[in-house]
Amino acid sequence: MTEGHGGDLFATLPRRDEDAHRRLHARLAAAAAEAGILDVAYRTVDSPIGHLLVAATGDGLVRVAFAVEDHERVLDRLGRTVSPRVLRAPARLDAVARQLEEYFARRRTRFDLPLDLRLATGFRREVLTRLPAIPYGTTASYATLAAAAGNPRAVRAVGTACATNPLPVVVPCHRVVRSDGTIGGYLGGVAAKWALLALEGAADPGGPARSSDQPANNSSNPPMV
Amino acid sequence: MERHGPTVLRVCRAVVGPDGADDAWSETFLSALRAYPRLPAGSNVEAWLVAIAHRKGIDELRARARRAVPTGDVPEWATTGGVPGGWECELWSALRELPLRQRQTVAYHYLAGLPYAAVAEIVGGTPAAARRAAADGVARLRRMLQDTPGGHPAGRAEGEMS
Repeated sequence: MTEGHGGDLFATLPRRDEDAHRRLHARLAAAAAEAGILDVAYRTVDSPIGHLLVAATGDGLVRVAFAVEDHERVLDRLGRTVSPRVLRAPARLDAVARQLEEYFARRRTRFDLPLDLRLATGFRREVLTRLPAIPYGTTASYATLAAAAGNPRAVRAVGTACATNPLPVVVPCHRVVRSDGTIGGYLGGVAAKWALLALEGAADPGGPARSSDQPANNSSNPPMV
Repeated sequence: MERHGPTVLRVCRAVVGPDGADDAWSETFLSALRAYPRLPAGSNVEAWLVAIAHRKGIDELRARARRAVPTGDVPEWATTGGVPGGWECELWSALRELPLRQRQTVAYHYLAGLPYAAVAEIVGGTPAAARRAAADGVARLRRMLQDTPGGHPAGRAEGEMS
């Protein structure tokens, strides 16, 4: 990048100054929000199933992403599909972080957050709007969901809707399992799905919901059904 | 933003000094956020950001000149020496001694990694002139840092100079 002589002068200069960036970012996020030019705010939240990236537009929570999805890529895609004005702005996602924390601590059984479903369209979106009706601690089959969404034959499409759910955990696609009682696939990996169902008390470790491809090795599983 | 933030901060610190760098950085990214939707696809985002930072840096220096009250006691740039991460304070104070044009070309070429053609587009003039300004700047920095006791290992590379 730097040519010939001179580059070495700056070689010892650190690439980044973390303290300064934290400070500058917070300040920029506040200023951008005030100016109405912050379209997508994001932060990460620690959870028992790994770091979660959460992102929100002015309309509501637009994306929850698992670490296995690669947060950099998720942000890149948000920049291209929603708006390039993407900024880390933790304060804008305080409610989301708090409710997730409560959920993982078993102190919350449903999320009460504005959702922005713009990343899902058509039948997929139709399926997603029905998922919160599956009560905490219970499961439903892909077939049941297909029927509820008005198309009993669209079992695979329900699977796709779940596999491409932009708001996993909050929109509980983890509660959708196969009709034969096995767990099915999950965007965040089968182990994460298993952990969520166990957290909610819907899965009895070693019980009938355990499928043959469980618990680990989720990376080689197809994303769905 | 995450990707280019550090580079732009280095450039701002080099051009306007650690003091005004925060303001210049913030103004650069606020301005970039406003203008981003109009940036043609396929543009070099880093060069574009450096061009904005260039304008904001000049604004910042002008504002500072207006604010400045001649007291004869020139306040030192805040040094960040000793802060974890070790921003070389000798380098910053040496940069301050350079004429603005040299500081700019050195920062845009060596810190942001822009080719001289892009540097020239930002600062004006020809690529050859930009190259000359940066080379003069680097040579001068090297001399200054060599004179600084315990300064910088830059002297070691003296043999490279042509």
